[in-house]
Amino acid sequence: MSESNAFAKQLAEEKYKYGFTTDVDTDVFQRGLNEEVVRQISSRKGEPEWLLDFRLRAYRHWTTQTCPRWAHLKLPEIDYQAISYYAEPMSRKKGPQSLDEIDPEVMKTFDKLGIPLEERLALSGNTAVDAVMDSVSVKTTFKERLAEKGIIFCSISEAVREYPDLVRQYLGSVVSYRDNFFAALNSAVFSDGSFVYIPEGVRCPMELSTYFRINAAGTGQFERTLIVADKDSYVSYLEGCTAPMRDENQLHAAIVEIIVLDRAEVKYSTVQNWYPGDENGQGGVFNFVTKRGHCRGVNSKLSWTQVETGSAITWKYPSCVLSGENSVGEFYSVAVTNNYQQADTGTKMIHLGRNTRSTIISKGISAGHSSNAYRGLVRVGEKAEGARNYSQCDSLLLGDKCGAHTFPYMDIHNETAIVEHEASTSKISEEQIFYCNQRGIKTEDAIGLIVNGYAKEVLNKLPMEFAVEAQKLLSVSLEGSVG
Amino acid sequence: MSNNTNEMLNIKNLHASIAGKEILKGIDLEVRQGEVHAIMGPNGSGKSTLSNVLVGHPAYTVTEGSVTFRGKNLLEMAPEDRSHEGLFLSFQYPVEIPGVSMVNFMRTAVNEQRAYKGLEPLSANEFLKLMREKRALVGLDSKLANRSVNEGFSGGEKKRNEIFQMAMLEPCLSILDETDSGLDIDALRIVAEGVNKLHTPDNSVIVITHYQRLLNYIHPDVVHVLYEGRIVKTAGPELALELEERGYDWLKE
Repeated sequence: MSESNAFAKQLAEEKYKYGFTTDVDTDVFQRGLNEEVVRQISSRKGEPEWLLDFRLRAYRHWTTQTCPRWAHLKLPEIDYQAISYYAEPMSRKKGPQSLDEIDPEVMKTFDKLGIPLEERLALSGNTAVDAVMDSVSVKTTFKERLAEKGIIFCSISEAVREYPDLVRQYLGSVVSYRDNFFAALNSAVFSDGSFVYIPEGVRCPMELSTYFRINAAGTGQFERTLIVADKDSYVSYLEGCTAPMRDENQLHAAIVEIIVLDRAEVKYSTVQNWYPGDENGQGGVFNFVTKRGHCRGVNSKLSWTQVETGSAITWKYPSCVLSGENSVGEFYSVAVTNNYQQADTGTKMIHLGRNTRSTIISKGISAGHSSNAYRGLVRVGEKAEGARNYSQCDSLLLGDKCGAHTFPYMDIHNETAIVEHEASTSKISEEQIFYCNQRGIKTEDAIGLIVNGYAKEVLNKLPMEFAVEAQKLLSVSLEGSVG
Repeated sequence: MSNNTNEMLNIKNLHASIAGKEILKGIDLEVRQGEVHAIMGPNGSGKSTLSNVLVGHPAYTVTEGSVTFRGKNLLEMAPEDRSHEGLFLSFQYPVEIPGVSMVNFMRTAVNEQRAYKGLEPLSANEFLKLMREKRALVGLDSKLANRSVNEGFSGGEKKRNEIFQMAMLEPCLSILDETDSGLDIDALRIVAEGVNKLHTPDNSVIVITHYQRLLNYIHPDVVHVLYEGRIVKTAGPELALELEERGYDWLKE
């Protein structure tokens, strides 16, 4: 490698500071996918028969499906037989474990990511974390303190063992394995993820979070999150994701299901920073995610907030099914694409109940040669008297080689519904940047100021500490995009 | 000369072009500490080009000559460093930056300047106190200070906001580019009073203007006439009055 190449690589690594790998013994399955692999995953996790059945039905359905091509994405062919579907970063014992049993390298990894697994080091002492590396949850903090209130927060594998009735009742009830190609794949091979149950009348006293980390090479991550908010409960849940820098693409296909019962409220926030690939579009994570919540109860509320800066390809539509009367769905999104990243992201608001309301605020930011599409559906069913939706989709362009697209769909079957849609496209001009320069503000900081100003409405919805991180992330993701 | 300790700006034989077209064709200009210079001239003579070149606007290319600012080679510096070194431009057409509050904008600017000088950033309280002081000094409405940078400001408000930023950044040399354009007489007076309050024996001002009327309020020590990319005449303040009376034609040879 020439000296200048080495320097460029060093710079690139500085920009994606999560790009390191952890040297830890990992038990990785042979590459490839067939019924036997599905059975192996299930038996490795000691799962009951009903769950193996669920996986096998999903797998068989998946084999009849093809990858969806309707998104505004250039999708390369993915060879599903070239991926390993299970990677476990250490040998670990079943059941409850102490920190001593976690490989020190894994501990270090999460420390380096700013996610301490020792409770005394937790961010402001008020965030519980489920840390997932590759296919397994390595540690869930503050479980005991939460248990005092009857809150269940654990890995989904543990939930299958300890609370099988709850999992069986809700798993697949919002996102069926028949929902789409990637949902079928995930349902067949999902490895770990988080499970949350907030009992009736309980307000969760701390933020709950899951931190997803891909480490092993040649593997995919297929996590599954299930959140149930019982009547009159409240929880705020955060999700963060990073991966090492690798020249090959890695597949991430997750499912998040949320059930919100009468008068309950769930806030779900994501900062997605999977490795986006390098400045030539080499490598990066393919992120195909199905996230959906069901507001089943009257006056229930579900709010999605996402800051999407990572991944080579993002295909993701966190949605709300509003069947409870007066239920509320919200979607706040900032999606940044730079270099050769592609994003097709948005939401679906399905109004089924009377007087249901939804709000969509989407802010796309495109730079470099990237492509950034908003795709959203607002559907109002026949019985959704008085349904209301307000959508605002803004695009901000940096440079003239990137693309921004908006695909809003409306499907209205009740004439009392009020549906509003606003859209705008703007550009950061060189004159704006120069004005900042003249006042002593460096170009990178000027872009940071302008972009954060543009995304303010969404960033304000994030929990405080997350918001600060997200602001920094926006600036870093756009480094080198102007001038 | 560079051994002159109170020299602020020294421009020698400056040539500059935009899109391959030469606009400045050999400018010589010396400004000392404490002085106020006026640069006048007809439209298209290169006045705005000169101010843009000095602050390092990327659209312009310097093809020949040198510029020394407080003993340092100005042309080698990035635009933000020229600002940190104490050069300020009050823009003829200040740009709007939607979504960026004046508070955030100024705080970033002030703290980047402090970092350049090796000073700690101001705390939120110190900063807001500074904002209040300077706002009072130039008579900027608190409502404007809470809005996005220049967004929806009237022409007069934008110019007043420029002078407010000048007050915040305390530059050594301020260039006022057609600050009088688009201002009615009351707005003109308020802006000029702000400039006068900020002027001290230690800092200098270059007033670029088409008309003499701003010079009724900001009194120059030296007046230059720029024509076709060259300074064709330099004299005392009486020159401005003469130009007002006779126009520019008699200088065009």
